[in-house]
Amino acid sequence: MRSAAGTVPPRAQAGMKDSWKTRGYFFSCVCVPEENLEIDSADADIRMEALISSLEFLSGDVIRACLTTREPMDFRAGQYVTLIRNGVARSYSIASLPQAGELELHIRKIPGGQMSGWFHDAAQVGDTVSVVGPSGECFYVSGREDQPLILAGTGTGLAPLYGIVRDALQCRHRGPIHVFHGALNRRGLYLVNELRELARRHPQLQYTPAVLGGDEAGDAAVGPIDSVILSRIPNLSGWRGFVCGDPGLVQMLKKKLFLAGMASSDIYADAFLPAAPS
Amino acid sequence: MEQQTTQTLYEQLGGQPAVNAAVDIFYRKVLVDNRINRFFEGVDMDQQIAKQKAFLTMVFGGPANYSGKDMRTGHARLISMGLNDSHVDAVIENLGATLTELGVAPPLIAKVAALAESVRNDVLNR
Ligand SMILES: Cc1cc2nc3c(=O)[nH]c(=O)nc-3n(C[C@H](O)[C@H](O)[C@H](O)COP(=O)(O)OP(=O)(O)OC[C@H]3O[C@@H](n4cnc5c(N)ncnc54)[C@H](O)[C@@H]3O)c2cc1C
Ligand code: HEM
Repeated sequence: MRSAAGTVPPRAQAGMKDSWKTRGYFFSCVCVPEENLEIDSADADIRMEALISSLEFLSGDVIRACLTTREPMDFRAGQYVTLIRNGVARSYSIASLPQAGELELHIRKIPGGQMSGWFHDAAQVGDTVSVVGPSGECFYVSGREDQPLILAGTGTGLAPLYGIVRDALQCRHRGPIHVFHGALNRRGLYLVNELRELARRHPQLQYTPAVLGGDEAGDAAVGPIDSVILSRIPNLSGWRGFVCGDPGLVQMLKKKLFLAGMASSDIYADAFLPAAPS
Repeated sequence: MEQQTTQTLYEQLGGQPAVNAAVDIFYRKVLVDNRINRFFEGVDMDQQIAKQKAFLTMVFGGPANYSGKDMRTGHARLISMGLNDSHVDAVIENLGATLTELGVAPPLIAKVAALAESVRNDVLNR
Protein backbone atom coordinates (compact mmCIF):
# COMPACT_ATOMS: atom_id res chain seq x y z
CA MET A 1 0.00 0.00 0.00
CA ARG A 2 0.97 3.58 -0.36
CA SER A 3 0.31 6.59 1.83
CA ALA A 4 -0.67 9.89 0.22
CA ALA A 5 -0.20 11.95 3.38
CA GLY A 6 1.07 11.31 6.89
CA THR A 7 4.11 9.60 8.38
CA VAL A 8 4.54 5.87 7.93
CA PRO A 9 6.20 4.13 10.93
CA PRO A 10 9.70 2.88 9.92
CA ARG A 11 8.82 -0.68 10.97
CA ALA A 12 6.22 -0.85 8.21
CA GLN A 13 8.92 -0.11 5.61
CA ALA A 14 11.74 -2.34 6.90
CA GLY A 15 13.57 -4.17 4.12
CA MET A 16 11.99 -2.07 1.39
CA LYS A 17 13.93 -0.28 -1.33
CA ASP A 18 14.57 3.38 -0.50
CA SER A 19 12.76 4.58 -3.61
CA TRP A 20 9.63 2.70 -2.51
CA LYS A 21 9.87 4.27 0.93
CA THR A 22 10.20 7.72 -0.64
CA ARG A 23 6.99 7.20 -2.54
CA GLY A 24 5.20 6.29 0.68
CA TYR A 25 4.80 2.55 0.15
CA PHE A 26 4.55 0.35 3.23
CA PHE A 27 3.67 -3.19 4.25
CA SER A 28 0.08 -2.97 5.43
CA CYS A 29 0.42 -6.22 7.39
CA VAL A 30 2.85 -4.70 9.90
CA CYS A 31 1.75 -1.05 9.81
CA VAL A 32 0.39 0.41 13.02
CA PRO A 33 -0.02 4.11 12.16
CA GLU A 34 1.16 6.60 14.77
CA GLU A 35 -0.79 9.43 13.20
CA ASN A 36 -3.49 9.80 10.58
CA LEU A 37 -2.52 8.24 7.27
CA GLU A 38 -4.20 8.98 4.01
CA ILE A 39 -4.08 5.89 1.80
CA ASP A 40 -3.72 6.23 -1.95
CA SER A 41 -6.16 4.31 -4.07
CA ALA A 42 -4.36 1.80 -6.27
CA ASP A 43 -5.01 3.83 -9.38
CA ALA A 44 -4.21 7.38 -8.32
CA ASP A 45 -2.49 8.19 -11.61
CA ILE A 46 -4.31 10.76 -13.62
CA ARG A 47 -4.53 11.11 -17.35
CA MET A 48 -3.46 14.49 -18.70
CA GLU A 49 -3.20 16.15 -22.05
CA ALA A 50 0.34 17.05 -23.07
CA LEU A 51 1.60 19.25 -25.85
CA ILE A 52 4.72 18.43 -27.84
CA SER A 53 6.93 21.47 -27.31
CA SER A 54 10.00 20.28 -29.21
CA LEU A 55 11.30 17.42 -31.33
CA GLU A 56 14.98 16.95 -32.05
CA PHE A 57 17.19 14.10 -33.28
CA LEU A 58 19.78 12.94 -30.74
CA SER A 59 21.16 10.27 -33.06
CA GLY A 60 20.14 8.54 -36.27
CA ASP A 61 17.36 6.59 -34.60
CA VAL A 62 16.66 8.44 -31.34
CA ILE A 63 14.45 11.48 -31.14
CA ARG A 64 14.15 13.75 -28.13
CA ALA A 65 10.54 14.76 -27.54
CA CYS A 66 9.71 17.35 -24.93
CA LEU A 67 6.15 17.48 -23.66
CA THR A 68 4.43 20.04 -21.50
CA THR A 69 1.42 19.01 -19.46
CA ARG A 70 -1.36 21.48 -18.70
CA GLU A 71 -0.96 20.85 -14.97
CA PRO A 72 2.60 20.45 -13.68
CA MET A 73 3.33 16.78 -13.12
CA ASP A 74 4.95 15.63 -9.88
CA PHE A 75 7.64 13.18 -10.94
CA ARG A 76 11.19 12.06 -10.21
CA ALA A 77 13.77 11.89 -12.99
CA GLY A 78 14.09 8.23 -13.98
CA GLN A 79 10.41 7.42 -13.53
CA TYR A 80 8.35 6.80 -16.64
CA VAL A 81 5.10 8.01 -18.12
CA THR A 82 2.72 6.17 -20.40
CA LEU A 83 1.69 7.99 -23.56
CA ILE A 84 -1.66 7.21 -25.13
CA ARG A 85 -2.57 8.07 -28.69
CA ASN A 86 -5.34 6.53 -30.80
CA GLY A 87 -5.74 3.71 -28.30
CA VAL A 88 -2.03 2.82 -28.34
CA ALA A 89 -0.31 3.07 -24.94
CA ARG A 90 3.50 2.99 -24.59
CA SER A 91 5.79 3.84 -21.68
CA TYR A 92 8.79 6.18 -21.90
CA SER A 93 11.30 7.11 -19.24
CA ILE A 94 11.73 10.69 -18.08
CA ALA A 95 15.15 12.25 -18.74
CA SER A 96 14.36 15.69 -17.33
CA LEU A 97 14.18 17.15 -13.85
CA PRO A 98 10.82 18.47 -12.61
CA GLN A 99 11.98 22.10 -12.54
CA ALA A 100 12.60 21.97 -16.31
CA GLY A 101 8.81 22.26 -16.51
CA GLU A 102 8.59 19.61 -19.21
CA LEU A 103 8.89 15.90 -19.76
CA GLU A 104 11.96 15.03 -21.81
CA LEU A 105 11.67 11.62 -23.50
CA HIS A 106 14.15 9.77 -25.73
CA ILE A 107 12.29 7.68 -28.26
CA ARG A 108 14.09 5.11 -30.38
CA LYS A 109 12.59 4.25 -33.73
CA ILE A 110 11.38 0.64 -33.78
CA PRO A 111 10.75 -0.73 -37.31
CA GLY A 112 6.97 -0.89 -37.74
CA GLY A 113 6.51 0.63 -34.29
CA GLN A 114 3.17 2.34 -33.77
CA MET A 115 4.12 4.95 -31.18
CA SER A 116 7.80 5.41 -31.97
CA GLY A 117 7.02 5.45 -35.69
CA TRP A 118 4.51 8.25 -35.20
CA PHE A 119 7.03 10.32 -33.23
CA HIS A 120 9.73 9.83 -35.86
CA ASP A 121 7.66 10.20 -39.00
CA ALA A 122 4.56 12.24 -38.32
CA ALA A 123 4.51 14.08 -35.01
CA GLN A 124 4.77 17.88 -35.12
CA VAL A 125 5.48 20.44 -32.47
CA GLY A 126 2.07 21.51 -31.14
CA ASP A 127 0.50 18.03 -31.44
CA THR A 128 -1.04 16.57 -28.29
CA VAL A 129 -0.93 13.15 -26.64
CA SER A 130 -2.39 11.84 -23.40
CA VAL A 131 0.00 11.12 -20.56
CA VAL A 132 -0.55 8.81 -17.59
CA GLY A 133 1.85 8.59 -14.70
CA PRO A 134 4.41 8.94 -13.39
CA SER A 135 5.29 5.39 -12.34
CA GLY A 136 8.39 3.42 -11.46
CA GLU A 137 10.84 3.18 -8.62
CA CYS A 138 14.06 3.67 -10.55
CA PHE A 139 15.18 7.08 -9.28
CA TYR A 140 17.74 8.72 -7.01
CA VAL A 141 17.00 8.86 -3.29
CA SER A 142 19.11 11.21 -1.18
CA GLY A 143 20.40 10.36 2.26
CA ARG A 144 23.55 8.43 1.46
CA GLU A 145 25.45 11.15 -0.38
CA ASP A 146 28.83 9.45 -0.17
CA GLN A 147 27.78 6.10 -1.59
CA PRO A 148 29.37 5.35 -4.97
CA LEU A 149 26.84 5.04 -7.80
CA ILE A 150 26.82 3.15 -11.07
CA LEU A 151 24.39 4.08 -13.83
CA ALA A 152 24.40 1.69 -16.75
CA GLY A 153 22.27 1.23 -19.82
CA THR A 154 22.25 0.67 -23.54
CA GLY A 155 20.35 2.52 -26.27
CA THR A 156 17.57 4.72 -24.91
CA GLY A 157 18.26 3.16 -21.50
CA LEU A 158 20.25 6.37 -21.24
CA ALA A 159 17.04 8.43 -20.92
CA PRO A 160 16.29 7.63 -17.26
CA LEU A 161 20.01 7.60 -16.43
CA TYR A 162 20.47 11.09 -17.89
CA GLY A 163 17.73 12.26 -15.55
CA ILE A 164 19.00 10.32 -12.54
CA VAL A 165 22.59 11.54 -12.86
CA ARG A 166 21.52 15.18 -12.96
CA ASP A 167 19.09 14.60 -10.10
CA ALA A 168 21.89 13.07 -8.00
CA LEU A 169 24.21 15.98 -8.76
CA GLN A 170 21.51 18.46 -7.92
CA CYS A 171 20.91 16.66 -4.62
CA ARG A 172 24.63 17.27 -3.99
CA HIS A 173 25.67 13.65 -4.20
CA ARG A 174 29.35 13.59 -3.23
CA GLY A 175 30.35 9.95 -3.81
CA PRO A 176 31.72 8.80 -7.18
CA ILE A 177 29.15 8.48 -9.96
CA HIS A 178 29.98 6.34 -12.98
CA VAL A 179 27.76 6.52 -16.05
CA PHE A 180 28.20 3.73 -18.61
CA HIS A 181 26.32 3.98 -21.88
CA GLY A 182 26.54 1.11 -24.33
CA ALA A 183 25.66 0.92 -28.02
CA LEU A 184 26.37 -1.35 -30.96
CA ASN A 185 28.58 1.26 -32.57
CA ARG A 186 29.60 4.87 -32.30
CA ARG A 187 26.46 6.08 -34.11
CA GLY A 188 24.29 4.54 -31.39
CA LEU A 189 25.79 6.75 -28.70
CA TYR A 190 24.15 10.08 -28.01
CA LEU A 191 24.43 13.07 -25.64
CA VAL A 192 28.15 12.30 -25.64
CA ASN A 193 29.22 15.94 -25.54
CA GLU A 194 26.62 16.87 -22.93
CA LEU A 195 27.76 14.05 -20.63
CA ARG A 196 31.44 14.88 -21.16
CA GLU A 197 30.71 18.49 -20.30
CA LEU A 198 28.74 17.42 -17.21
CA ALA A 199 31.68 15.24 -16.11
CA ARG A 200 34.06 18.16 -16.63
CA ARG A 201 32.00 20.32 -14.30
CA HIS A 202 31.57 17.62 -11.64
CA PRO A 203 34.80 15.91 -10.58
CA GLN A 204 32.92 13.04 -8.88
CA LEU A 205 31.29 12.11 -12.20
CA GLN A 206 32.85 9.78 -14.72
CA TYR A 207 31.26 8.99 -18.08
CA THR A 208 32.23 5.95 -20.12
CA PRO A 209 30.65 5.35 -23.51
CA ALA A 210 31.12 1.77 -24.73
CA VAL A 211 30.57 0.18 -28.13
CA LEU A 212 30.54 -3.42 -29.29
CA GLY A 213 32.07 -2.79 -32.72
CA GLY A 214 35.77 -1.97 -32.71
CA ASP A 215 36.69 -0.27 -35.99
CA GLU A 216 35.07 3.11 -35.43
CA ALA A 217 35.01 3.25 -31.65
CA GLY A 218 36.91 6.52 -31.47
CA ASP A 219 37.57 7.18 -27.81
CA ALA A 220 34.73 4.93 -26.61
CA ALA A 221 35.56 1.76 -24.67
CA VAL A 222 35.15 -1.43 -26.69
CA GLY A 223 33.33 -4.50 -25.43
CA PRO A 224 30.08 -5.67 -23.88
CA ILE A 225 28.92 -3.17 -21.27
CA ASP A 226 29.17 -5.65 -18.39
CA SER A 227 32.83 -6.39 -19.12
CA VAL A 228 33.57 -2.69 -19.57
CA ILE A 229 32.06 -1.98 -16.15
CA LEU A 230 33.62 -4.90 -14.29
CA SER A 231 37.07 -4.40 -15.77
CA ARG A 232 37.02 -0.89 -14.31
CA ILE A 233 35.22 -1.63 -11.03
CA PRO A 234 35.60 -5.31 -10.12
CA ASN A 235 34.19 -5.03 -6.61
CA LEU A 236 30.80 -3.34 -6.26
CA SER A 237 30.21 -4.06 -2.61
CA GLY A 238 28.69 -0.92 -1.06
CA TRP A 239 27.71 0.58 -4.43
CA ARG A 240 24.24 1.57 -5.57
CA GLY A 241 23.25 0.73 -9.15
CA PHE A 242 20.73 1.94 -11.72
CA VAL A 243 20.21 -0.26 -14.76
CA CYS A 244 17.87 0.56 -17.64
CA GLY A 245 17.07 -0.47 -21.18
CA ASP A 246 16.59 -3.72 -23.05
CA PRO A 247 15.01 -6.36 -20.76
CA GLY A 248 17.58 -9.08 -21.48
CA LEU A 249 20.42 -6.68 -20.81
CA VAL A 250 18.80 -5.42 -17.61
CA GLN A 251 18.39 -8.97 -16.25
CA MET A 252 21.95 -9.83 -17.13
CA LEU A 253 23.43 -6.64 -15.69
CA LYS A 254 21.46 -6.88 -12.45
CA LYS A 255 22.90 -10.34 -11.87
CA LYS A 256 26.45 -9.26 -12.74
CA LEU A 257 26.31 -6.26 -10.42
CA PHE A 258 24.87 -8.44 -7.67
CA LEU A 259 27.54 -11.10 -8.11
CA ALA A 260 30.19 -8.37 -8.00
CA GLY A 261 28.97 -7.57 -4.50
CA MET A 262 26.19 -4.99 -4.88
CA ALA A 263 23.36 -5.51 -2.37
CA SER A 264 20.11 -6.57 -4.02
CA SER A 265 18.29 -3.75 -2.22
CA ASP A 266 20.71 -1.24 -3.80
CA ILE A 267 19.89 -2.27 -7.38
CA TYR A 268 17.30 -0.14 -9.14
CA ALA A 269 16.21 -1.17 -12.61
CA ASP A 270 13.73 -0.52 -15.36
CA ALA A 271 13.40 -3.03 -18.16
CA PHE A 272 11.95 -1.57 -21.38
CA LEU A 273 9.54 -4.42 -22.01
CA PRO A 274 7.79 -4.23 -25.37
CA ALA A 275 4.03 -3.78 -25.22
CA ALA A 276 2.01 -6.99 -25.21
CA PRO A 277 0.62 -7.64 -28.70
CA SER A 278 -2.95 -6.38 -28.84
CA MET B 1 18.41 -15.79 31.29
CA GLU B 2 14.97 -17.33 31.63
CA GLN B 3 13.91 -15.36 28.62
CA GLN B 4 16.72 -16.58 26.39
CA THR B 5 15.77 -20.21 26.75
CA THR B 6 12.20 -19.47 25.66
CA GLN B 7 13.37 -17.68 22.51
CA THR B 8 12.54 -19.46 19.30
CA LEU B 9 15.30 -20.41 16.88
CA TYR B 10 14.12 -17.60 14.61
CA GLU B 11 14.47 -15.08 17.42
CA GLN B 12 17.87 -16.42 18.44
CA LEU B 13 19.07 -15.96 14.86
CA GLY B 14 17.86 -12.37 14.81
CA GLY B 15 14.50 -12.61 13.05
CA GLN B 16 13.65 -10.71 9.87
CA PRO B 17 16.82 -8.55 9.85
CA ALA B 18 18.89 -11.76 9.97
CA VAL B 19 16.95 -13.13 6.99
CA ASN B 20 17.59 -9.87 5.13
CA ALA B 21 21.29 -10.06 5.93
CA ALA B 22 21.53 -13.70 4.84
CA VAL B 23 19.56 -13.56 1.62
CA ASP B 24 22.14 -11.80 -0.58
CA ILE B 25 25.01 -13.90 0.70
CA PHE B 26 23.07 -17.13 0.23
CA TYR B 27 21.70 -16.24 -3.22
CA ARG B 28 25.18 -15.18 -4.41
CA LYS B 29 26.58 -18.54 -3.31
CA VAL B 30 23.80 -20.43 -5.05
CA LEU B 31 24.23 -18.49 -8.31
CA VAL B 32 27.90 -19.40 -8.57
CA ASP B 33 27.50 -23.02 -7.40
CA ASN B 34 27.60 -25.06 -10.59
CA ARG B 35 26.01 -28.04 -8.90
CA ILE B 36 22.70 -26.22 -8.43
CA ASN B 37 22.63 -22.84 -10.16
CA ARG B 38 20.69 -24.16 -13.15
CA PHE B 39 17.65 -24.58 -10.85
CA PHE B 40 17.79 -20.92 -9.91
CA GLU B 41 18.07 -19.34 -13.32
CA GLY B 42 14.70 -17.69 -12.96
CA VAL B 43 14.23 -14.73 -15.25
CA ASP B 44 13.61 -12.15 -12.60
CA MET B 45 16.13 -11.62 -9.83
CA ASP B 46 13.73 -9.76 -7.54
CA GLN B 47 11.29 -12.69 -7.61
CA GLN B 48 14.11 -15.12 -6.92
CA ILE B 49 15.28 -13.00 -3.98
CA ALA B 50 11.73 -13.05 -2.56
CA LYS B 51 11.67 -16.85 -2.81
CA GLN B 52 15.06 -17.16 -1.16
CA LYS B 53 13.68 -15.04 1.66
CA ALA B 54 10.77 -17.43 2.03
CA PHE B 55 13.19 -20.34 2.10
CA LEU B 56 15.43 -18.73 4.72
CA THR B 57 12.51 -17.66 6.90
CA MET B 58 11.27 -21.23 6.86
CA VAL B 59 14.56 -22.92 7.76
CA PHE B 60 15.24 -20.26 10.40
CA GLY B 61 12.05 -21.49 12.05
CA GLY B 62 10.28 -18.21 11.32
CA PRO B 63 6.69 -17.40 10.44
CA ALA B 64 6.21 -19.39 7.23
CA ASN B 65 3.02 -21.08 6.21
CA TYR B 66 4.20 -23.85 3.95
CA SER B 67 2.79 -27.35 4.24
CA GLY B 68 4.59 -30.49 3.12
CA LYS B 69 2.23 -30.48 0.15
CA ASP B 70 3.32 -26.93 -0.75
CA MET B 71 6.94 -28.08 -0.71
CA ARG B 72 6.05 -30.97 -3.02
CA THR B 73 4.18 -28.84 -5.54
CA GLY B 74 6.66 -25.95 -5.22
CA HIS B 75 9.59 -28.14 -6.23
CA ALA B 76 7.78 -30.45 -8.68
CA ARG B 77 9.13 -28.50 -11.65
CA LEU B 78 12.65 -28.99 -10.31
CA ILE B 79 12.17 -32.75 -9.85
CA SER B 80 11.43 -32.95 -13.55
CA MET B 81 14.74 -31.15 -14.08
CA GLY B 82 16.53 -33.89 -12.12
CA LEU B 83 16.49 -32.58 -8.53
CA ASN B 84 17.91 -35.19 -6.12
CA ASP B 85 19.62 -35.68 -2.74
CA SER B 86 22.93 -34.25 -3.91
CA HIS B 87 21.22 -30.92 -4.65
CA VAL B 88 19.58 -30.79 -1.23
CA ASP B 89 23.03 -31.46 0.26
CA ALA B 90 24.46 -28.57 -1.74
CA VAL B 91 21.70 -26.18 -0.61
CA ILE B 92 22.24 -27.13 3.03
CA GLU B 93 25.99 -26.70 2.56
CA ASN B 94 25.52 -23.17 1.13
CA LEU B 95 23.16 -22.39 3.95
CA GLY B 96 25.76 -23.44 6.52
CA ALA B 97 28.49 -21.43 4.78
CA THR B 98 26.22 -18.38 4.73
CA LEU B 99 25.51 -18.59 8.44
CA THR B 100 29.18 -19.20 9.24
CA GLU B 101 30.04 -16.07 7.27
CA LEU B 102 27.51 -14.15 9.34
CA GLY B 103 29.11 -15.37 12.55
CA VAL B 104 26.28 -17.64 13.67
CA ALA B 105 27.32 -20.16 16.34
CA PRO B 106 27.73 -23.79 15.14
CA PRO B 107 24.97 -25.24 17.39
CA LEU B 108 22.46 -22.83 15.84
CA ILE B 109 23.67 -23.69 12.34
CA ALA B 110 23.09 -27.35 13.17
CA LYS B 111 19.51 -26.55 14.17
CA VAL B 112 18.89 -24.73 10.89
CA ALA B 113 20.36 -27.64 8.93
CA ALA B 114 18.11 -30.05 10.84
CA LEU B 115 15.08 -27.97 9.95
CA ALA B 116 16.05 -28.08 6.27
CA GLU B 117 16.64 -31.86 6.57
CA SER B 118 13.15 -32.31 7.95
CA VAL B 119 11.59 -31.29 4.63
CA ARG B 120 14.03 -33.19 2.40
CA ASN B 121 11.51 -35.91 1.57
CA ASP B 122 8.80 -33.37 0.79
CA VAL B 123 11.10 -31.37 -1.46
CA LEU B 124 12.14 -34.56 -3.26
CA ASN B 125 8.53 -35.77 -3.37
CA ARG B 126 9.21 -39.11 -1.70
C1 LIG C 1 9.05 1.11 -18.18
C2 LIG C 1 9.37 1.30 -19.64
C3 LIG C 1 10.13 2.38 -20.03
C4 LIG C 1 10.45 2.57 -21.37
N1 LIG C 1 11.21 3.64 -21.73
C5 LIG C 1 11.54 3.83 -23.02
C6 LIG C 1 12.35 4.95 -23.41
O1 LIG C 1 12.75 5.78 -22.58
N2 LIG C 1 12.68 5.08 -24.70
C7 LIG C 1 12.24 4.18 -25.67
O2 LIG C 1 12.58 4.36 -26.84
N3 LIG C 1 11.47 3.13 -25.32
C8 LIG C 1 11.10 2.93 -24.03
N4 LIG C 1 10.30 1.86 -23.71
C9 LIG C 1 9.77 0.99 -24.78
C10 LIG C 1 8.48 1.62 -25.34
O3 LIG C 1 7.48 1.59 -24.34
C11 LIG C 1 7.90 0.90 -26.56
O4 LIG C 1 7.81 -0.48 -26.29
C12 LIG C 1 8.71 1.10 -27.83
O5 LIG C 1 8.86 2.48 -28.09
C13 LIG C 1 8.04 0.41 -29.02
O6 LIG C 1 6.72 0.89 -29.17
P1 LIG C 1 6.06 1.07 -30.62
O7 LIG C 1 4.63 1.36 -30.43
O8 LIG C 1 6.87 2.01 -31.43
O9 LIG C 1 6.25 -0.35 -31.27
P2 LIG C 1 5.14 -1.56 -31.33
O10 LIG C 1 4.08 -1.15 -32.29
O11 LIG C 1 4.76 -1.89 -29.96
O12 LIG C 1 6.01 -2.71 -31.92
C14 LIG C 1 6.26 -2.92 -33.31
C15 LIG C 1 6.99 -4.22 -33.51
O13 LIG C 1 8.32 -4.12 -32.99
C16 LIG C 1 8.54 -5.08 -31.97
N5 LIG C 1 9.33 -4.45 -30.93
C17 LIG C 1 8.89 -3.70 -29.89
N6 LIG C 1 9.92 -3.26 -29.16
C18 LIG C 1 11.03 -3.72 -29.73
C19 LIG C 1 12.42 -3.61 -29.43
N7 LIG C 1 12.86 -2.93 -28.38
N8 LIG C 1 13.30 -4.19 -30.27
C20 LIG C 1 12.89 -4.89 -31.32
N9 LIG C 1 11.58 -5.05 -31.65
C21 LIG C 1 10.67 -4.48 -30.88
C22 LIG C 1 7.15 -5.48 -31.51
O14 LIG C 1 7.14 -6.80 -30.98
C23 LIG C 1 6.33 -5.38 -32.76
O15 LIG C 1 6.43 -6.52 -33.54
C24 LIG C 1 9.98 1.65 -22.36
C25 LIG C 1 9.20 0.57 -21.95
C26 LIG C 1 8.88 0.39 -20.62
C27 LIG C 1 8.04 -0.78 -20.22
C1 HEM D 1 16.24 -28.16 1.82
C2 HEM D 1 14.96 -27.86 1.95
C3 HEM D 1 14.27 -26.82 1.14
C4 HEM D 1 13.34 -25.96 1.60
C5 HEM D 1 12.84 -25.85 3.05
C6 HEM D 1 12.90 -25.14 0.52
C7 HEM D 1 11.97 -24.14 0.63
C8 HEM D 1 11.51 -23.37 -0.40
C9 HEM D 1 10.52 -22.33 -0.28
C10 HEM D 1 9.81 -21.94 1.00
C11 HEM D 1 10.34 -21.82 -1.50
C12 HEM D 1 9.40 -20.66 -1.89
C13 HEM D 1 8.13 -21.19 -2.47
C14 HEM D 1 7.28 -20.04 -2.98
O1 HEM D 1 6.96 -19.15 -2.21
O2 HEM D 1 7.00 -20.05 -4.16
C15 HEM D 1 11.22 -22.50 -2.40
C16 HEM D 1 11.33 -22.23 -3.74
C17 HEM D 1 12.35 -22.73 -4.53
N1 HEM D 1 13.28 -23.68 -4.19
FE1 HEM D 1 13.38 -24.63 -2.41
N2 HEM D 1 13.59 -25.50 -0.62
C18 HEM D 1 14.44 -26.51 -0.28
C19 HEM D 1 15.31 -27.15 -1.15
C20 HEM D 1 15.57 -26.76 -2.44
C21 HEM D 1 16.60 -27.31 -3.29
C22 HEM D 1 17.50 -28.48 -2.93
C23 HEM D 1 16.56 -26.62 -4.46
C24 HEM D 1 17.41 -26.75 -5.72
C25 HEM D 1 18.65 -27.09 -5.73
C26 HEM D 1 15.52 -25.62 -4.35
C27 HEM D 1 15.19 -24.72 -5.32
C28 HEM D 1 14.13 -23.86 -5.24
C29 HEM D 1 13.73 -22.99 -6.33
C30 HEM D 1 14.42 -22.85 -7.68
C31 HEM D 1 12.61 -22.30 -5.89
C32 HEM D 1 11.81 -21.29 -6.68
C33 HEM D 1 10.73 -22.06 -7.36
C34 HEM D 1 10.29 -21.43 -8.64
O3 HEM D 1 11.16 -21.15 -9.48
O4 HEM D 1 9.08 -21.26 -8.81
N3 HEM D 1 14.95 -25.74 -3.11
N4 HEM D 1 11.93 -23.44 -1.71
